[in-house]
Amino acid sequence: MSLPGRNEPKRLPINPEALAGVARAAGRRSLASTMARVPFPLRAPTVPVGVEPAPRPSKLGAEYDTDWARRYPARLARVVLVEGVVRPAAYAIARPMVGGTDRVADYEGPAIFAANHHSHIDTGLLLSTIPEPWRHKLVIGAAADYFFGNRVTAPLSALAIGAIPIERTRVSRRSADDAAALIDDGWSFLIFPEGGRSPDGWGQEFRGGAAYLSLRCGVPVVPVHLAGTGRILPKGTNVPKPGPTRVTFGHPLWPTPDEDSRRFAARLEQTIAALADEARTDWWSARRRAHTSSTPSLSGPEVGAWRRTWALGDRTAARRRAARAWPNL
Amino acid sequence: MPRPGFVLDVDRSTPPILFHHGEQFRLEKLPPGRSRVIYPAEPLPAIDDVEGAIRDALCNPLGDSEPLPALLRPGMKLTIAFDDISLPLPPMRSPDIRQRIIEQVLDMAAAAGVDDVHLIAALALHRRMTEAELRHAVGDRVYDAFAPHGLLYNHDAEDPDNLAYLGTTDQGEEVEINKRAAESDLIVYVNINLVAMDGGWKSTATGLASYRSLRHHHNVHTLRHSRSFMDRHSSELHHSNWRMGKVLRDSGVKVFQIETTLNNDTFGADGPLSVLQKREWEWTAKDRMTFLAVKTGLDKLSPALRRKAMHSWKAPYGLTSVQAGEVEAVHEVTTANVYAQHLVPLEGQTDILTFGLPYICPYNVNSVLNPILVMSLGLGYFFNLYKGRPPVREGGVVILSHPTPWEFHPVHHPSYIDFFEQVLADTTDPVEIEQRYERQYAEDEWYRHLYRTSYAYHGVHPFYMWYWGSHGLQHAGKVIIVGGDVRAVRRLGFTPASTLQDALEMATDVVGPQPTITHVHNPPILMADVT
Repeated sequence: MSLPGRNEPKRLPINPEALAGVARAAGRRSLASTMARVPFPLRAPTVPVGVEPAPRPSKLGAEYDTDWARRYPARLARVVLVEGVVRPAAYAIARPMVGGTDRVADYEGPAIFAANHHSHIDTGLLLSTIPEPWRHKLVIGAAADYFFGNRVTAPLSALAIGAIPIERTRVSRRSADDAAALIDDGWSFLIFPEGGRSPDGWGQEFRGGAAYLSLRCGVPVVPVHLAGTGRILPKGTNVPKPGPTRVTFGHPLWPTPDEDSRRFAARLEQTIAALADEARTDWWSARRRAHTSSTPSLSGPEVGAWRRTWALGDRTAARRRAARAWPNL
Repeated sequence: MPRPGFVLDVDRSTPPILFHHGEQFRLEKLPPGRSRVIYPAEPLPAIDDVEGAIRDALCNPLGDSEPLPALLRPGMKLTIAFDDISLPLPPMRSPDIRQRIIEQVLDMAAAAGVDDVHLIAALALHRRMTEAELRHAVGDRVYDAFAPHGLLYNHDAEDPDNLAYLGTTDQGEEVEINKRAAESDLIVYVNINLVAMDGGWKSTATGLASYRSLRHHHNVHTLRHSRSFMDRHSSELHHSNWRMGKVLRDSGVKVFQIETTLNNDTFGADGPLSVLQKREWEWTAKDRMTFLAVKTGLDKLSPALRRKAMHSWKAPYGLTSVQAGEVEAVHEVTTANVYAQHLVPLEGQTDILTFGLPYICPYNVNSVLNPILVMSLGLGYFFNLYKGRPPVREGGVVILSHPTPWEFHPVHHPSYIDFFEQVLADTTDPVEIEQRYERQYAEDEWYRHLYRTSYAYHGVHPFYMWYWGSHGLQHAGKVIIVGGDVRAVRRLGFTPASTLQDALEMATDVVGPQPTITHVHNPPILMADVT
């Protein structure tokens, strides 16, 4: 007679949770196998082996649908976000001095706000300083490849800043059609006609998007000049360095009958250059230079790189690294 | 279409009528059957394209004047003078019309290559404008471009080095104005013609003048014979200014006059004060609740906070016209446009005229409406808002509603304090005051110093305020102030009353029983065209 259990294999204690997990997995498998037995067309078709499957249409980038972000719940959330977070943050970090809002005081209706672009903070700053009633019925043209490139940034951009994707790497009719439809629907539009942030502190040539939309929709372009944001968060940096900024609004511009979008874009660039001159010097000096066509251009002198940086003077975005703290040996 | 002003005959179903009462309000029941209320016209439509209208006026001037761009050339001396803080009332919402005009004038000057430009606040003997007030008038852009270089400043009527004597009129009136303006190739004067009195030659001949020049028309004789100030052709004040204008013109001073008119949108179509420009029987439930809330709120505030709250109001005026060019041609059109908004036909004079005086007059913007200004506002400005003849018969009673506190702004009105304590304690007769005291105050070095370096009205200014009301004082048989500080009212030589009913009762001693009463529902501004 042997003692009970002496020659029996030793059993490990059973983990009830693991057992339940296995059971659940089995259940899933059984559901998958059940679904596999569902006949087409109740289930998705299988792809023949000899056929290259067609690429699935992207729902990101320029194809991202932002309609939901203009419905009332999202708009309400955006108002709370802009007024409660973006605006206080922008005023704390950028300390804006806002001028020229009186120039748009007379105008009612949708408008295209076009600003120079130096920094990611430009958007937040404009969302905080564009006067009512435009501020809360505003969509922003944002680079489709940058802001709508993945499933996290796309909905976040659409919700937080009311962005719509704008194709900047190729000519796309869809972006323009979407923007025009929104303007026709009473929305105002914020766009950075340079197409991206300044790489070196100077402006870039204006593209025709804002001018084209103005011509197409019959709404004015409000030129806006931003100064100082390039020092706070220039391209290539991630940590903002608080500093003062200046936001100057210009008179709403309408295209003249003989202007196409290229000429209008050039005039828009000149107007923003004059606003930049006004912000840097004073209004009277700027007007005198504007009348003698001697307004300094936004894009800076066409000289070597160091001389361009040199010419920026105190507007340079260069940052001094913190002094290294050597160990005290 | 805005409704014109009209005269309401008060009957038993007429609701209590709104009386302004300084920074507060009263609702008063007027006796039915013998009372009437003059209501101002509703605001005329404002010009939509203000910038376009200004451009059009500058390029298509009136009278014998070339377009402004043709008058500008490189190397010239250009002086832009503009009305001071006393206009408009209450101050208008930004952007101020002066800013809009000055920016366009400067833009044309810049296009023409004009370098030598000065901007002068034409304040005569008023207090200097502070930086904030100048910024509000001309805008930050203009201020930041000119003020740091000393090219935007207040006129100084006591700076002998910067005054130019240009001669005398055919009646011996000396003409002395700001030297920079006199020596400029062109003066561009930017006016806000809130009432018909403003503008014309009065702008340059008064706004940029010195005491030496001003005393010829700011005196009891001239002001008593200005009937009224708001009717240029019947105003000795204006005749004198026009004579001075001729001297200016003959001396080679070239003026490009820009005049603007505003509508009656003083308190806005909506908002907390909109009820003040509605007719009482048309107050909706919302209006009534708003009125009660505003009145209760103001009553509960301390006087200082109440004043601050009321003075923070900026009127949403709309521009109704802008015209530019030769002074007299411009002013004719301007006056017609002002009348189009303000004139209300009124048949016959009344025994008793009542005014509810508001919190503001031309000389207490951001300041205290002291008792002397109460007199000037009631008997000077409001009383003179007529054409033809005064709405009250000679020997009738004028009833003013105002708290009339014994209170003065020590920085703005230092000479008023002494005038009240010293001069009015002695006499209230304008002629005697003028003869015995004016020169002493006008030439006082301390007042002169405060006028030039602080923010004080000139030493002679309270005298001018008293003269301003001298026509009304002479015309009325009795002046009663309802709800005023009793001591202050008595010092003014007027009769205090606690309630309007008491005041009406007291008035019967002068005008007899069952007198007719006319209440002027002002502001928004109206002007009675009395036939």
